[in-house]
Amino acid sequence: MSETLFTKDHEYIVVDGDAGLVGITEFAQGQLGDVVFVELPEIGVARKKGEQTAVVESVKAASEVYAPVAGEIIAVNDELADNPALVNEDPHGKGWFFKIRIADAGELSGLLDKAAYDALIGSLA
Amino acid sequence: MTSELEQAPARTPLYARHIALGGRMVEFAGYALPVNYSKGVLAEHLFARAKAGLFDVSHMGQAFLSGREAARKLESLVPGDLLALEPGRIRYSQFTNEQGGILDDLMITRLAPGATGERLFLVVNAACKTADFAHLRARLPDLRLEILEDRALLALQGPSAAAVLERYLPGVSALGFMSQGAFVWRGFELFVSRSGYTGEDGFEISLPADAARPFADALLLEEDVEPVGLGARDSLRLEAGLCLYGHDIDTTTSPIEAGLAWSISKRRREEGGFPGAARIKKELAGGLTRMRVGLLLEGRAPAREGAEIANAEGVVIGRVTSGGFAPSLGRPIAMGYLPPAYALEGTLVNLIVRGKPLPARVVATPFVPNRYYRPAKA
Repeated sequence: MSETLFTKDHEYIVVDGDAGLVGITEFAQGQLGDVVFVELPEIGVARKKGEQTAVVESVKAASEVYAPVAGEIIAVNDELADNPALVNEDPHGKGWFFKIRIADAGELSGLLDKAAYDALIGSLA
Repeated sequence: MTSELEQAPARTPLYARHIALGGRMVEFAGYALPVNYSKGVLAEHLFARAKAGLFDVSHMGQAFLSGREAARKLESLVPGDLLALEPGRIRYSQFTNEQGGILDDLMITRLAPGATGERLFLVVNAACKTADFAHLRARLPDLRLEILEDRALLALQGPSAAAVLERYLPGVSALGFMSQGAFVWRGFELFVSRSGYTGEDGFEISLPADAARPFADALLLEEDVEPVGLGARDSLRLEAGLCLYGHDIDTTTSPIEAGLAWSISKRRREEGGFPGAARIKKELAGGLTRMRVGLLLEGRAPAREGAEIANAEGVVIGRVTSGGFAPSLGRPIAMGYLPPAYALEGTLVNLIVRGKPLPARVVATPFVPNRYYRPAKA
Protein backbone atom coordinates (compact mmCIF):
# COMPACT_ATOMS: atom_id res chain seq x y z
CA MET A 1 0.00 0.00 0.00
CA SER A 2 1.57 3.27 -1.08
CA GLU A 3 1.00 6.73 0.29
CA THR A 4 1.67 10.06 -1.45
CA LEU A 5 3.12 12.95 0.55
CA PHE A 6 4.16 16.44 -0.52
CA THR A 7 6.71 19.17 0.26
CA LYS A 8 6.09 22.90 0.40
CA ASP A 9 8.43 23.15 -2.61
CA HIS A 10 5.99 21.11 -4.72
CA GLU A 11 7.76 17.77 -4.83
CA TYR A 12 5.73 14.64 -4.21
CA ILE A 13 6.96 11.32 -2.83
CA VAL A 14 5.06 8.09 -3.29
CA VAL A 15 6.14 6.00 -0.30
CA ASP A 16 6.16 2.24 -0.80
CA GLY A 17 7.91 0.40 2.02
CA ASP A 18 11.38 1.85 2.50
CA ALA A 19 11.49 3.44 -0.98
CA GLY A 20 9.95 6.61 -2.34
CA LEU A 21 9.28 7.71 -5.91
CA VAL A 22 9.85 11.48 -6.28
CA GLY A 23 8.62 13.97 -8.85
CA ILE A 24 7.09 17.44 -9.09
CA THR A 25 3.38 18.03 -8.69
CA GLU A 26 0.74 18.86 -11.28
CA PHE A 27 0.64 22.37 -9.81
CA ALA A 28 4.43 22.74 -10.16
CA GLN A 29 4.52 21.63 -13.78
CA GLY A 30 1.76 24.11 -14.59
CA GLN A 31 3.76 26.91 -12.98
CA LEU A 32 6.97 25.95 -14.79
CA GLY A 33 5.49 25.61 -18.25
CA ASP A 34 6.95 23.44 -20.99
CA VAL A 35 9.79 21.31 -19.59
CA VAL A 36 12.70 20.97 -22.02
CA PHE A 37 15.38 19.28 -19.90
CA VAL A 38 15.74 17.42 -16.62
CA GLU A 39 19.09 16.90 -14.91
CA LEU A 40 18.86 13.77 -12.77
CA PRO A 41 21.16 12.57 -9.98
CA GLU A 42 23.50 9.62 -10.32
CA ILE A 43 22.38 6.30 -8.91
CA GLY A 44 24.08 5.51 -5.62
CA VAL A 45 24.52 9.08 -4.37
CA ALA A 46 23.20 10.01 -0.93
CA ARG A 47 21.08 13.08 -0.35
CA LYS A 48 20.04 14.88 2.81
CA LYS A 49 16.48 16.05 3.30
CA GLY A 50 16.05 19.32 1.39
CA GLU A 51 19.27 18.92 -0.58
CA GLN A 52 19.25 19.74 -4.30
CA THR A 53 18.86 16.47 -6.19
CA ALA A 54 17.64 17.33 -9.69
CA VAL A 55 17.16 20.38 -11.91
CA VAL A 56 14.18 20.93 -14.16
CA GLU A 57 14.57 23.38 -17.04
CA SER A 58 11.47 24.84 -18.61
CA VAL A 59 11.36 27.19 -21.57
CA LYS A 60 11.31 29.98 -19.01
CA ALA A 61 13.83 29.08 -16.28
CA ALA A 62 15.80 26.47 -14.35
CA SER A 63 14.33 25.20 -11.06
CA GLU A 64 15.87 22.99 -8.42
CA VAL A 65 14.23 19.82 -7.16
CA TYR A 66 15.02 18.83 -3.57
CA ALA A 67 15.07 15.49 -1.83
CA PRO A 68 11.87 15.31 0.30
CA VAL A 69 13.70 13.03 2.77
CA ALA A 70 17.28 11.80 3.23
CA GLY A 71 18.37 8.66 1.46
CA GLU A 72 20.24 6.99 -1.36
CA ILE A 73 19.20 7.38 -5.00
CA ILE A 74 18.35 3.88 -6.26
CA ALA A 75 16.76 4.64 -9.65
CA VAL A 76 16.22 7.56 -12.06
CA ASN A 77 13.71 8.02 -14.85
CA ASP A 78 15.88 7.68 -17.96
CA GLU A 79 12.90 8.32 -20.23
CA LEU A 80 13.05 12.01 -19.31
CA ALA A 81 16.30 12.37 -21.26
CA ASP A 82 14.51 11.85 -24.56
CA ASN A 83 11.09 13.04 -23.52
CA PRO A 84 11.22 15.74 -20.84
CA ALA A 85 7.64 16.72 -21.77
CA LEU A 86 6.48 13.69 -19.72
CA VAL A 87 6.86 15.98 -16.71
CA ASN A 88 4.09 18.17 -18.14
CA GLU A 89 1.95 15.40 -19.55
CA ASP A 90 1.97 12.97 -16.64
CA PRO A 91 3.78 14.48 -13.63
CA HIS A 92 2.41 11.95 -11.14
CA GLY A 93 2.96 8.97 -13.44
CA LYS A 94 5.49 8.66 -16.27
CA GLY A 95 7.01 12.01 -15.38
CA TRP A 96 8.62 10.85 -12.10
CA PHE A 97 12.25 11.94 -11.44
CA PHE A 98 14.03 9.52 -9.12
CA LYS A 99 13.57 6.79 -6.54
CA ILE A 100 15.14 7.19 -3.11
CA ARG A 101 15.76 4.62 -0.35
CA ILE A 102 14.35 6.37 2.69
CA ALA A 103 17.03 6.57 5.39
CA ASP A 104 14.77 7.67 8.22
CA ALA A 105 11.03 7.03 8.01
CA GLY A 106 10.60 9.54 10.83
CA GLU A 107 11.28 12.37 8.32
CA LEU A 108 8.03 11.51 6.52
CA SER A 109 6.01 12.98 9.37
CA GLY A 110 7.36 16.43 8.43
CA LEU A 111 5.73 16.25 4.98
CA LEU A 112 2.25 17.36 3.91
CA ASP A 113 -0.63 14.99 3.20
CA LYS A 114 -2.86 15.62 0.20
CA ALA A 115 -5.37 17.77 2.10
CA ALA A 116 -2.61 19.98 3.53
CA TYR A 117 -0.92 20.30 0.13
CA ASP A 118 -4.20 21.16 -1.61
CA ALA A 119 -4.76 23.85 1.01
CA LEU A 120 -1.26 25.22 0.32
CA ILE A 121 -1.75 25.50 -3.43
CA GLY A 122 -5.25 26.86 -2.87
CA SER A 123 -3.68 29.72 -0.94
CA LEU A 124 -1.24 30.38 -3.82
CA ALA A 125 -3.84 30.45 -6.58
CA MET B 1 7.22 60.40 -1.86
CA THR B 2 6.36 57.12 -3.52
CA SER B 3 2.91 55.68 -3.09
CA GLU B 4 1.93 52.07 -3.65
CA LEU B 5 -0.15 53.19 -6.58
CA GLU B 6 2.91 54.54 -8.36
CA GLN B 7 4.76 51.27 -7.83
CA ALA B 8 2.01 49.06 -9.21
CA PRO B 9 2.82 47.89 -12.72
CA ALA B 10 1.20 49.92 -15.47
CA ARG B 11 -1.49 48.28 -17.60
CA THR B 12 -1.68 48.36 -21.36
CA PRO B 13 -5.06 48.89 -23.09
CA LEU B 14 -5.20 45.08 -23.54
CA TYR B 15 -4.75 44.20 -19.84
CA ALA B 16 -8.28 42.84 -19.37
CA ARG B 17 -7.99 40.89 -22.60
CA HIS B 18 -4.75 39.24 -21.41
CA ILE B 19 -6.50 38.11 -18.23
CA ALA B 20 -9.52 36.81 -20.16
CA LEU B 21 -7.21 34.83 -22.46
CA GLY B 22 -5.59 33.08 -19.51
CA GLY B 23 -2.41 35.15 -19.58
CA ARG B 24 0.12 34.41 -16.83
CA MET B 25 0.89 37.99 -15.89
CA VAL B 26 4.33 39.19 -14.86
CA GLU B 27 5.89 42.60 -14.41
CA PHE B 28 8.11 43.57 -17.32
CA ALA B 29 9.71 47.01 -17.62
CA GLY B 30 7.10 48.40 -15.23
CA TYR B 31 4.12 46.90 -17.08
CA ALA B 32 1.86 43.94 -16.31
CA LEU B 33 2.20 41.69 -19.34
CA PRO B 34 1.56 38.02 -20.10
CA VAL B 35 4.60 35.71 -20.18
CA ASN B 36 2.34 33.18 -21.87
CA TYR B 37 -1.32 32.28 -22.34
CA SER B 38 -3.02 28.96 -21.65
CA LYS B 39 -1.33 27.00 -24.45
CA GLY B 40 2.17 27.82 -23.21
CA VAL B 41 5.39 29.19 -24.65
CA LEU B 42 6.24 26.27 -26.96
CA ALA B 43 2.86 26.18 -28.67
CA GLU B 44 2.75 29.97 -29.01
CA HIS B 45 6.25 30.07 -30.50
CA LEU B 46 5.49 27.37 -33.06
CA PHE B 47 2.15 28.96 -33.95
CA ALA B 48 3.86 32.28 -34.74
CA ARG B 49 6.31 30.45 -37.02
CA ALA B 50 3.50 28.49 -38.71
CA LYS B 51 0.62 31.03 -38.90
CA ALA B 52 0.57 34.38 -37.10
CA GLY B 53 1.06 35.47 -33.50
CA LEU B 54 -0.44 38.64 -32.01
CA PHE B 55 1.79 40.40 -29.48
CA ASP B 56 0.95 43.33 -27.21
CA VAL B 57 4.02 45.55 -27.25
CA SER B 58 2.23 48.66 -26.01
CA HIS B 59 4.82 49.04 -23.25
CA MET B 60 7.34 50.25 -25.83
CA GLY B 61 7.86 53.98 -26.21
CA GLN B 62 6.44 55.77 -29.24
CA ALA B 63 7.11 59.38 -30.19
CA PHE B 64 7.16 61.87 -33.04
CA LEU B 65 10.29 63.97 -33.42
CA SER B 66 9.85 66.92 -35.75
CA GLY B 67 11.36 70.20 -36.81
CA ARG B 68 13.81 71.72 -39.26
CA GLU B 69 16.41 69.15 -40.32
CA ALA B 70 15.16 66.66 -37.75
CA ALA B 71 16.88 63.76 -39.54
CA ARG B 72 20.26 65.47 -39.65
CA LYS B 73 19.96 66.52 -36.01
CA LEU B 74 19.01 63.03 -34.83
CA GLU B 75 22.09 61.72 -36.63
CA SER B 76 24.11 63.47 -33.88
CA LEU B 77 22.80 60.86 -31.42
CA VAL B 78 22.66 57.68 -33.51
CA PRO B 79 25.05 56.08 -36.06
CA GLY B 80 22.21 55.19 -38.46
CA ASP B 81 21.98 56.96 -41.81
CA LEU B 82 18.87 59.11 -41.63
CA LEU B 83 19.66 61.57 -44.43
CA ALA B 84 19.37 58.70 -46.90
CA LEU B 85 16.12 57.51 -45.34
CA GLU B 86 13.14 58.20 -47.60
CA PRO B 87 9.65 59.00 -46.34
CA GLY B 88 7.83 55.79 -45.45
CA ARG B 89 11.05 53.90 -44.79
CA ILE B 90 12.31 52.56 -41.43
CA ARG B 91 15.85 52.40 -40.06
CA TYR B 92 17.10 50.31 -37.13
CA SER B 93 19.71 52.22 -35.09
CA GLN B 94 21.07 52.80 -31.60
CA PHE B 95 21.49 55.72 -29.22
CA THR B 96 25.22 55.58 -28.41
CA ASN B 97 27.12 57.12 -25.51
CA GLU B 98 30.44 58.98 -25.67
CA GLN B 99 32.28 55.69 -25.11
CA GLY B 100 30.53 54.07 -28.09
CA GLY B 101 28.30 51.92 -25.85
CA ILE B 102 24.61 51.48 -26.56
CA LEU B 103 22.07 53.46 -24.50
CA ASP B 104 19.15 51.84 -26.33
CA ASP B 105 18.27 50.46 -29.74
CA LEU B 106 15.34 51.86 -31.69
CA MET B 107 13.34 51.99 -34.90
CA ILE B 108 13.24 55.30 -36.75
CA THR B 109 10.66 55.93 -39.48
CA ARG B 110 10.78 58.99 -41.70
CA LEU B 111 7.29 60.36 -42.28
CA ALA B 112 6.20 62.84 -44.93
CA PRO B 113 7.36 66.35 -43.99
CA GLY B 114 4.84 68.55 -42.18
CA ALA B 115 4.32 72.29 -41.83
CA THR B 116 6.98 72.42 -39.08
CA GLY B 117 9.63 70.54 -41.02
CA GLU B 118 10.80 66.94 -41.12
CA ARG B 119 8.92 64.33 -39.09
CA LEU B 120 10.30 61.12 -37.64
CA PHE B 121 8.43 58.35 -35.77
CA LEU B 122 10.48 56.60 -33.09
CA VAL B 123 9.86 53.31 -31.27
CA VAL B 124 12.15 52.65 -28.28
CA ASN B 125 12.45 50.00 -25.57
CA ALA B 126 10.07 50.24 -22.61
CA ALA B 127 12.81 50.00 -19.96
CA CYS B 128 14.77 52.85 -21.58
CA LYS B 129 11.99 55.12 -22.79
CA THR B 130 12.06 57.67 -19.97
CA ALA B 131 15.83 58.06 -20.31
CA ASP B 132 15.67 58.11 -24.12
CA PHE B 133 13.09 60.87 -24.21
CA ALA B 134 15.02 62.92 -21.63
CA HIS B 135 18.16 62.41 -23.73
CA LEU B 136 16.38 63.65 -26.87
CA ARG B 137 14.98 66.70 -25.09
CA ALA B 138 18.36 67.60 -23.58
CA ARG B 139 20.41 67.05 -26.71
CA LEU B 140 17.98 68.24 -29.39
CA PRO B 141 16.16 71.11 -27.66
CA ASP B 142 15.08 72.83 -30.86
CA LEU B 143 13.17 69.78 -32.12
CA ARG B 144 9.64 68.99 -30.98
CA LEU B 145 9.28 65.66 -29.19
CA GLU B 146 5.70 64.42 -28.93
CA ILE B 147 5.45 61.31 -26.75
CA LEU B 148 2.50 59.17 -27.83
CA GLU B 149 1.27 57.87 -24.47
CA ASP B 150 -2.25 57.33 -25.77
CA ARG B 151 -1.24 54.91 -28.50
CA ALA B 152 -0.98 51.15 -28.19
CA LEU B 153 1.40 48.96 -30.22
CA LEU B 154 0.54 45.51 -31.51
CA ALA B 155 2.73 43.14 -33.50
CA LEU B 156 1.31 40.56 -35.88
CA GLN B 157 4.10 38.18 -36.85
CA GLY B 158 4.22 35.07 -38.96
CA PRO B 159 3.71 33.77 -42.49
CA SER B 160 -0.07 34.37 -42.37
CA ALA B 161 0.24 37.94 -41.05
CA ALA B 162 0.05 39.71 -44.42
CA ALA B 163 -2.99 37.78 -45.69
CA VAL B 164 -4.86 38.34 -42.42
CA LEU B 165 -4.05 42.02 -42.07
CA GLU B 166 -4.93 42.70 -45.72
CA ARG B 167 -8.56 41.81 -44.89
CA TYR B 168 -8.73 44.70 -42.41
CA LEU B 169 -6.33 47.17 -44.02
CA PRO B 170 -6.54 46.81 -47.80
CA GLY B 171 -3.20 47.53 -49.43
CA VAL B 172 -1.13 46.74 -46.35
CA SER B 173 0.39 43.61 -47.87
CA ALA B 174 2.11 45.72 -50.54
CA LEU B 175 4.40 47.30 -47.93
CA GLY B 176 7.95 45.99 -48.17
CA PHE B 177 10.13 45.02 -45.19
CA MET B 178 11.11 48.12 -43.17
CA SER B 179 8.43 50.28 -44.82
CA GLN B 180 5.58 52.09 -43.13
CA GLY B 181 2.18 53.41 -44.13
CA ALA B 182 -0.86 55.06 -42.55
CA PHE B 183 -4.19 53.21 -42.68
CA VAL B 184 -7.67 53.85 -41.36
CA TRP B 185 -9.73 51.22 -39.51
CA ARG B 186 -13.22 52.14 -38.26
CA GLY B 187 -12.20 55.79 -38.28
CA PHE B 188 -9.01 55.24 -36.26
CA GLU B 189 -5.62 56.15 -37.72
CA LEU B 190 -3.13 53.28 -37.71
CA PHE B 191 0.59 53.51 -38.48
CA VAL B 192 1.61 50.15 -39.84
CA SER B 193 5.26 49.09 -40.19
CA ARG B 194 6.37 45.95 -42.02
CA SER B 195 8.82 45.01 -39.29
CA GLY B 196 9.07 43.05 -36.10
CA TYR B 197 11.42 41.14 -33.86
CA THR B 198 10.72 37.49 -34.58
CA GLY B 199 12.54 36.91 -37.88
CA GLU B 200 9.17 36.32 -39.53
CA ASP B 201 7.34 38.47 -42.02
CA GLY B 202 4.97 40.66 -40.07
CA PHE B 203 3.79 44.04 -38.95
CA GLU B 204 3.91 46.41 -36.03
CA ILE B 205 0.72 48.41 -35.70
CA SER B 206 0.59 51.68 -33.77
CA LEU B 207 -3.01 52.60 -32.98
CA PRO B 208 -5.04 54.74 -30.57
CA ALA B 209 -5.52 53.07 -27.18
CA ASP B 210 -9.31 53.02 -27.73
CA ALA B 211 -8.87 51.05 -30.94
CA ALA B 212 -6.46 48.47 -29.51
CA ARG B 213 -9.02 46.18 -27.91
CA PRO B 214 -11.54 46.00 -30.78
CA PHE B 215 -8.74 45.63 -33.31
CA ALA B 216 -7.02 42.88 -31.30
CA ASP B 217 -10.39 41.13 -30.80
CA ALA B 218 -11.05 41.20 -34.53
CA LEU B 219 -7.64 39.69 -35.30
CA LEU B 220 -7.99 37.05 -32.57
CA LEU B 221 -11.21 35.80 -34.15
CA GLU B 222 -9.14 34.82 -37.17
CA GLU B 223 -8.32 31.13 -37.32
CA ASP B 224 -4.72 31.92 -38.28
CA VAL B 225 -4.08 34.26 -35.33
CA GLU B 226 -3.34 33.39 -31.70
CA PRO B 227 -2.03 35.57 -28.88
CA VAL B 228 1.65 35.22 -27.98
CA GLY B 229 3.26 36.31 -24.70
CA LEU B 230 6.68 37.58 -23.67
CA GLY B 231 8.13 34.07 -23.29
CA ALA B 232 7.72 33.16 -26.95
CA ARG B 233 8.58 36.71 -28.00
CA ASP B 234 11.98 36.11 -26.40
CA SER B 235 12.53 32.63 -27.89
CA LEU B 236 11.49 33.88 -31.35
CA ARG B 237 13.90 36.82 -31.27
CA LEU B 238 16.70 34.60 -29.95
CA GLU B 239 16.22 32.13 -32.83
CA ALA B 240 16.26 35.13 -35.18
CA GLY B 241 19.64 36.14 -33.70
CA LEU B 242 18.33 39.55 -32.66
CA CYS B 243 19.77 41.48 -29.71
CA LEU B 244 17.74 42.14 -26.58
CA TYR B 245 18.64 45.44 -24.92
CA GLY B 246 19.95 45.03 -21.37
CA HIS B 247 21.11 41.51 -22.17
CA ASP B 248 22.97 41.19 -25.50
CA ILE B 249 23.63 44.91 -25.79
CA ASP B 250 24.08 47.58 -23.13
CA THR B 251 26.12 50.67 -22.29
CA THR B 252 29.37 48.66 -22.40
CA THR B 253 28.86 46.94 -25.78
CA SER B 254 29.41 48.83 -29.01
CA PRO B 255 27.29 48.29 -32.13
CA ILE B 256 30.35 46.77 -33.83
CA GLU B 257 31.01 44.25 -31.06
CA ALA B 258 27.32 43.39 -31.18
CA GLY B 259 27.47 42.58 -34.90
CA LEU B 260 25.36 45.59 -35.83
CA ALA B 261 27.86 47.17 -38.25
CA TRP B 262 25.31 46.57 -41.03
CA SER B 263 23.17 49.29 -39.46
CA ILE B 264 25.89 51.95 -40.02
CA SER B 265 26.33 53.23 -43.58
CA LYS B 266 29.61 53.97 -45.33
CA ARG B 267 28.99 57.73 -45.06
CA ARG B 268 28.35 57.57 -41.32
CA ARG B 269 31.41 55.39 -40.72
CA GLU B 270 33.58 57.91 -42.57
CA GLU B 271 31.99 61.10 -41.26
CA GLY B 272 31.32 60.03 -37.69
CA GLY B 273 29.43 62.79 -35.91
CA PHE B 274 27.66 60.61 -33.37
CA PRO B 275 28.64 59.82 -29.76
CA GLY B 276 31.45 57.28 -29.52
CA ALA B 277 32.34 57.50 -33.24
CA ALA B 278 36.07 57.16 -32.48
CA ARG B 279 35.63 53.73 -30.86
CA ILE B 280 33.42 52.53 -33.66
CA LYS B 281 35.91 53.67 -36.30
CA LYS B 282 38.73 51.90 -34.46
CA GLU B 283 36.74 48.69 -34.10
CA LEU B 284 35.75 48.74 -37.77
CA ALA B 285 39.45 49.06 -38.64
CA GLY B 286 40.15 45.76 -36.85
CA GLY B 287 40.44 46.86 -33.24
CA LEU B 288 37.79 44.53 -31.84
CA THR B 289 38.43 42.71 -28.58
CA ARG B 290 35.19 40.73 -28.50
CA MET B 291 32.29 39.89 -30.80
CA ARG B 292 28.75 38.63 -30.35
CA VAL B 293 28.42 35.05 -31.57
CA GLY B 294 25.72 32.43 -31.93
CA LEU B 295 26.20 29.21 -29.94
CA LEU B 296 24.59 25.88 -30.76
CA LEU B 297 24.71 23.47 -27.82
CA GLU B 298 25.43 19.85 -28.52
CA GLY B 299 23.26 18.44 -25.73
CA ARG B 300 19.78 19.13 -24.45
CA ALA B 301 20.56 21.18 -21.34
CA PRO B 302 20.10 24.91 -21.94
CA ALA B 303 22.68 27.52 -20.93
CA ARG B 304 21.20 30.81 -19.83
CA GLU B 305 22.30 34.42 -19.49
CA GLY B 306 25.40 34.74 -17.31
CA ALA B 307 26.86 31.29 -18.01
CA GLU B 308 30.63 31.42 -18.54
CA ILE B 309 32.11 30.37 -21.87
CA ALA B 310 35.38 28.42 -21.58
CA ASN B 311 37.90 27.24 -24.17
CA ALA B 312 39.18 23.66 -24.45
CA GLU B 313 41.77 24.39 -21.73
CA GLY B 314 39.05 25.49 -19.33
CA VAL B 315 39.97 29.18 -19.44
CA VAL B 316 36.96 31.50 -19.25
CA ILE B 317 36.88 33.53 -22.49
CA GLY B 318 33.40 35.02 -22.47
CA ARG B 319 29.89 34.97 -21.14
CA VAL B 320 26.43 34.03 -22.41
CA THR B 321 24.13 37.05 -22.82
CA SER B 322 20.96 35.22 -23.94
CA GLY B 323 20.21 31.54 -23.96
CA GLY B 324 17.42 29.05 -23.85
CA PHE B 325 15.57 26.34 -25.67
CA ALA B 326 14.87 26.97 -29.35
CA PRO B 327 11.41 25.48 -30.01
CA SER B 328 11.81 25.55 -33.81
CA LEU B 329 15.09 23.62 -33.59
CA GLY B 330 14.18 21.39 -30.65
CA ARG B 331 17.49 22.13 -28.94
CA PRO B 332 19.13 24.83 -26.85
CA ILE B 333 20.87 27.85 -28.37
CA ALA B 334 22.63 30.88 -26.93
CA MET B 335 24.37 34.12 -27.81
CA GLY B 336 27.38 35.59 -26.07
CA TYR B 337 30.61 37.50 -26.52
CA LEU B 338 33.96 35.94 -27.43
CA PRO B 339 37.39 37.28 -28.45
CA PRO B 340 37.73 37.36 -32.27
CA ALA B 341 40.10 34.38 -32.22
CA TYR B 342 37.25 32.22 -30.90
CA ALA B 343 34.46 33.82 -32.89
CA LEU B 344 34.98 31.83 -36.08
CA GLU B 345 32.16 29.54 -37.13
CA GLY B 346 32.77 25.98 -36.03
CA THR B 347 34.91 26.86 -33.00
CA LEU B 348 34.22 24.47 -30.13
CA VAL B 349 33.74 25.92 -26.67
CA ASN B 350 32.15 24.87 -23.38
CA LEU B 351 29.33 26.69 -21.61
CA ILE B 352 29.61 26.26 -17.85
CA VAL B 353 26.25 25.40 -16.29
CA ARG B 354 26.05 24.39 -12.62
CA GLY B 355 29.78 23.73 -12.72
CA LYS B 356 29.58 21.37 -15.69
CA PRO B 357 30.96 22.10 -19.17
CA LEU B 358 28.31 21.85 -21.89
CA PRO B 359 29.88 21.52 -25.36
CA ALA B 360 28.77 24.13 -27.89
CA ARG B 361 29.80 25.30 -31.33
CA VAL B 362 30.04 28.86 -32.66
CA VAL B 363 27.51 29.26 -35.48
CA ALA B 364 26.26 32.06 -37.73
CA THR B 365 23.03 33.78 -36.82
CA PRO B 366 20.11 33.79 -37.39
CA PHE B 367 19.68 30.28 -36.01
CA VAL B 368 16.41 30.02 -37.96
CA PRO B 369 16.39 31.67 -41.42
CA ASN B 370 14.44 34.91 -41.45
CA ARG B 371 11.51 35.37 -43.79
CA TYR B 372 11.22 39.12 -44.23
CA TYR B 373 9.13 40.31 -47.15
CA ARG B 374 11.28 42.00 -49.78
CA PRO B 375 9.26 42.56 -52.96
CA ALA B 376 11.18 42.37 -56.23
CA LYS B 377 11.97 45.81 -57.59
CA ALA B 378 9.74 46.79 -60.48
